[in-house]
Amino acid sequence: MQFMLLFSRQGKLRLQKWYVPLSDKEKKKITRELVQTVLARKPKMCSFLEWRDLKIVYKRYASLYFCCAIEDQDNELITLEIIHRYVELLDKYFGSVCELDIIFNFEKAYFILDEFLLGGEVQETSKKNVLKAIEQADLLQEVTLRHA
Amino acid sequence: MPAPIRLRELIRTIRTARTQAEEREMIQKECAAIRSSFREEDNTYRCRNVAKLLYMHMLGYPAHFGQLECLKLIASQKFTDKRIGYLGAMLLLDERQDVHLLMTNCIKNDLNHSTQYVQGLALCTLGCMGSSEMCRDLAGEVEKLLKTSNSYLRKKAALCAVHVIRKVPELMEMFLPATKNLLNEKNHGVLHTSVVLLTEMCERSPDMLAHFRKLVPQLVRILKNLIMSGYSPEHDVSGISDPFLQVRILRLLRILGRNDDDSSEAMNDILAQVATNTETSKNVGNAILYETVLTIMDIKSESGLRVLAINILGRFLLNNDKNIRYVALTSLLKTVQTDHNAVQRHRSTIVDCLKDLDVSIKRRAMELSFALVNGNNIRGMMKELLYFLDSCEPEFKADCASGIFLAAEKYAPSKRWHIDTIMRVLTTAGSYVRDDAVPNLIQLITNSVEMHAYTVQRLYKAILGDYSQQPLVQVAAWCIGEYGDLLVSGQCEEEEPIQVCLVTLG
Repeated sequence: MQFMLLFSRQGKLRLQKWYVPLSDKEKKKITRELVQTVLARKPKMCSFLEWRDLKIVYKRYASLYFCCAIEDQDNELITLEIIHRYVELLDKYFGSVCELDIIFNFEKAYFILDEFLLGGEVQETSKKNVLKAIEQADLLQEVTLRHA
Repeated sequence: MPAPIRLRELIRTIRTARTQAEEREMIQKECAAIRSSFREEDNTYRCRNVAKLLYMHMLGYPAHFGQLECLKLIASQKFTDKRIGYLGAMLLLDERQDVHLLMTNCIKNDLNHSTQYVQGLALCTLGCMGSSEMCRDLAGEVEKLLKTSNSYLRKKAALCAVHVIRKVPELMEMFLPATKNLLNEKNHGVLHTSVVLLTEMCERSPDMLAHFRKLVPQLVRILKNLIMSGYSPEHDVSGISDPFLQVRILRLLRILGRNDDDSSEAMNDILAQVATNTETSKNVGNAILYETVLTIMDIKSESGLRVLAINILGRFLLNNDKNIRYVALTSLLKTVQTDHNAVQRHRSTIVDCLKDLDVSIKRRAMELSFALVNGNNIRGMMKELLYFLDSCEPEFKADCASGIFLAAEKYAPSKRWHIDTIMRVLTTAGSYVRDDAVPNLIQLITNSVEMHAYTVQRLYKAILGDYSQQPLVQVAAWCIGEYGDLLVSGQCEEEEPIQVCLVTLG
């Protein structure tokens, strides 16, 4: 995976994870173009599209679009499962997640993503283990705060 | 000086802005406050301020003045600071700027930290955005962690190693010893990331590929266990055990089996098993089938297995889920040259996809249709393709027209059919026909001596109605110039003589 973007139906960015080195300017340009392209898609269209030399896999969950750019040899269908797994993790962590949770707790959304994917690849296939790691890290945060 | 406002408070405030200008004003005010806080070297609130900066950065505002602060957070001993510091580094630091190199020492220390979650942060950051220099400096540490018995760290080290290899391919060798018993792990996270690492190494080096071929039996065993094992709640997705791992193993098998008879034979049975037993009612099962098909088609599989694979794709084409139809068409396009006859069997389903609402599916169906045209099906196929040309989106017309001309040239059953087909294209999509088509068509008409009268008459009739399509008018004008005598004398046997009005056009 080269990058993952989360954005609202109005095109507001809620999360951006880049696994390739690009300048801020390039990232902004890509984001703008891709968001526009995905938002223009009709509901009946498939979840895949070709964009530049990449394959784009996207899926809408309630008011949020989850959009991944994968490479030619990557499996589009399993990428849909990866997106779905991330949504499940967010859902379990926040308890019935909604866009507002991701807006107000964006850093947590990143922490969860970073326990699930690393360098654009899946690092843990057990839902339980990802959530356990986040839970433990959160506890560690509490302990440190108490001592501070 | 009052404490800087909390992150969530800031988010709430900014969201109340009713205009872009109002938002910008709030952001500028907060940035100024944050800047002075940074200048005062305030340790207590640095974390909070950087977090706020990251939020504002996501909204599109500049945040580069926070880069060094991220480094200070990473160097802190507080876990909260490190968490936000590393996040900030991944979001704000650019590997093209030298400032990111200042991270190297911190990461090195944190890779050796006593708390695995700190080590995890370091591995994650390095594996996500480590530059070549950083990777060179820290590869040794990553290699060490790749050999640890702590599965939480081992899985992360494996993916970090993948990143290091991508950035500095020469370092691949040093990870070889650590790969020795990676596949003996029971932990699925480690297994998955190990397979990714092995895949990366095999893709980059033919020597590595040859070396790792001996892993095929072990990979086959692991895959078999996944399929045969009972319900495992931890890794289950809709009744399938760890589909992510299954897909990656299948992909590695593909690379190992390619061009190698022995390896291909060793994986034949398991591929057949996966292809026949995987549940197809949900996307997850189809994802595995898709990967299986790709593997079967790419290795030296026996013909029975290949037919099985093509048939799976054929079933995919009939699936209600358009995503499945899309990947089916993509895969068929890849195999149509090598397994032409098998793909031909699904021709009518493919042609039906020309009527799909989705543009990507239509495009693939069109490409595949052209690949399937032959002497036997030319009449039927051309009917469908001409109808498609008529009704498709403008973005397709040029390619479709070219494809039709090519197919007609190769397989036209008769000269008259050929001319008629060309006429049809020129009249329905004349303005999309490529420039080089005109001279080619003129050549074709010249060579069809017996069709001259017929052709010129049909072209004349065509432009009588409408002379807006340039290529059509060009061909017609040339024809009338050459064979005008045939037109006027009404010598065409196949058509009724027509009244020719010598009228100046335009």
